[in-house]
Parts: sequence; C-alpha cells; structure tokens
Amino acid sequence: MVVGTEPLSTESPQGRAGRERPIGGFELWAWLFMRISGLVLLVLAVGHVLIMHVADEGIDRVDFGFVATRWGSPFWRTWDWMLLSLALVHGINGLRVIILDYVRPAGLRFALNMAFYVVGFALFVLGTVTVFTFDPSKWPAAV
Amino acid sequence: MAKRTSDYGTIYRGHEGQWSWLAHRVTGVAIILFLFAHVVDTAVVGWGPEAYNRVTEVYHNPIVRLLELGLVAAVLYHAINGTKIMIIDFWPSMVRRIRPLSIASTALFVLSMVPITWIMGKGILELL
Repeated sequence: MVVGTEPLSTESPQGRAGRERPIGGFELWAWLFMRISGLVLLVLAVGHVLIMHVADEGIDRVDFGFVATRWGSPFWRTWDWMLLSLALVHGINGLRVIILDYVRPAGLRFALNMAFYVVGFALFVLGTVTVFTFDPSKWPAAV
Repeated sequence: MAKRTSDYGTIYRGHEGQWSWLAHRVTGVAIILFLFAHVVDTAVVGWGPEAYNRVTEVYHNPIVRLLELGLVAAVLYHAINGTKIMIIDFWPSMVRRIRPLSIASTALFVLSMVPITWIMGKGILELL
C-alpha cells in the first residue's frame, strides 16, 4: 500500500488544482473516489440544497408533513439515501486527507481517524434506518 | 548580494489556486460537520410530528437562517471549485488555463449566490 506520509505536493503552485494524483494503491482509489463521488454529489447535494433551502419558500415549508409527502416517493428516499452514503464517505475521506496533512503524531492521527470512521459508520446506520423505516401512517392525524 | 524576490512578488500572498485550495478545505469541513448534526436531526422524524416539528422550529430563528445561507454558499463553492479541480485533473493540459478557470469558477459562484442571497435573504428579513 502506498501511504501518504510524504509531503503531498512538491510541484509548483501552478502544477495542480487539487491534490496531486497518488501513484497507486489505496490512495489512488481514494483519489478517484473523491472525483467520481464528487461528480454524483454535484447533482445530489446541489439539487438537495436548492430544493430544500432555496426553491418554493425553502426551509419554511419543511415539517413532518413535508417529509411524509416527500418520502412517500421511493425516488426521494433513494436520492436521500445515496446522498447520505456518498456525502459521508466523501466527507470522512476528506477529513482523513486533512488529518494526514496536519496531524503528525501517529497515535493521535490514528485516534482521530478512528473516531471519524466510527461516527461516520454510526451515522450511516442511523440515516439508513431513518430513510427506509419511516412510516408516517403511524401518525395519521399529522399527514 | 542581489535582492531576491519570489515568482509572486516580495510578499508571499499565494497563487489564486492556493486560496481556492484553502477555501475548498474550509467549506468541506464545514459541510461534513453540518452533515453529522443533520443526520441526527432528521432521524427525529421517526419519533413523530410533535418531536420533529420541534426540531424544524429551530429554522425560524434568523441567526440559524444566516448559517443556513452560509451552508448553501459552502456547498455551492465546494461543488463549483470541485468541478474546476476535476477539469484540471482529468484534462491535465487545462493547467495552462488555470487562471481563466479560477476566474470563471469564482464568477459562477458569485453570480449564482446573487439570486440565492436575494431569495433566502427575503425569508430572513421576514423573520425580523
């Protein structure tokens, strides 16, 4: 496995826009994942933000009834679940890269990474359960 | 001894790419930290309307709404700058156009934030 403990870029500032492409192994896949998931998140996250926060009164209209109607459609449940999964992995890998850059002591780096992996996994489980088990018919008066 | 200057002048202020690199990190960290909280607040919907509507009440606070505007800006910046990064990474010859690309992506971000700030700002003003 190629580990990224060496400085990430020695090129001129004009050499790259983002992170230098790793030469292989896990880091190359992580690099590629960030770009592919970024492309998908361009639609999922930007769409989510525009629909929920900008369009049609934005957040003012969001309440239990709104979620019940929205998640009445499997399309939006799938959208939200994909957004949840991709954003968590994309974001936590981003944190890993940043930790790699700024946290030098190996033990602290490991502890921080593990903490974010655990939080990320727990939130993935919680979010998945929320998206797929939500059943508004338990509260008929509210819908 | 001859006076030495760097390629970018006597004071190191960085290339525009360095500022966008920093902004990309800052917006990314802000978004993932918000996401941590957002998964939890959304999970409350499983406890019924009374509990969830108490959570969404938080959004009727003008300060929270300003933070919300900041979140939208962070997502848009990260998305547009991320696209710039992908263009250069997948078509390396575009590095020669990094300056126009940086100007174009910054302009796109600022221009898209104008109507969004207008729309979301109106909602915030109504709360005051």
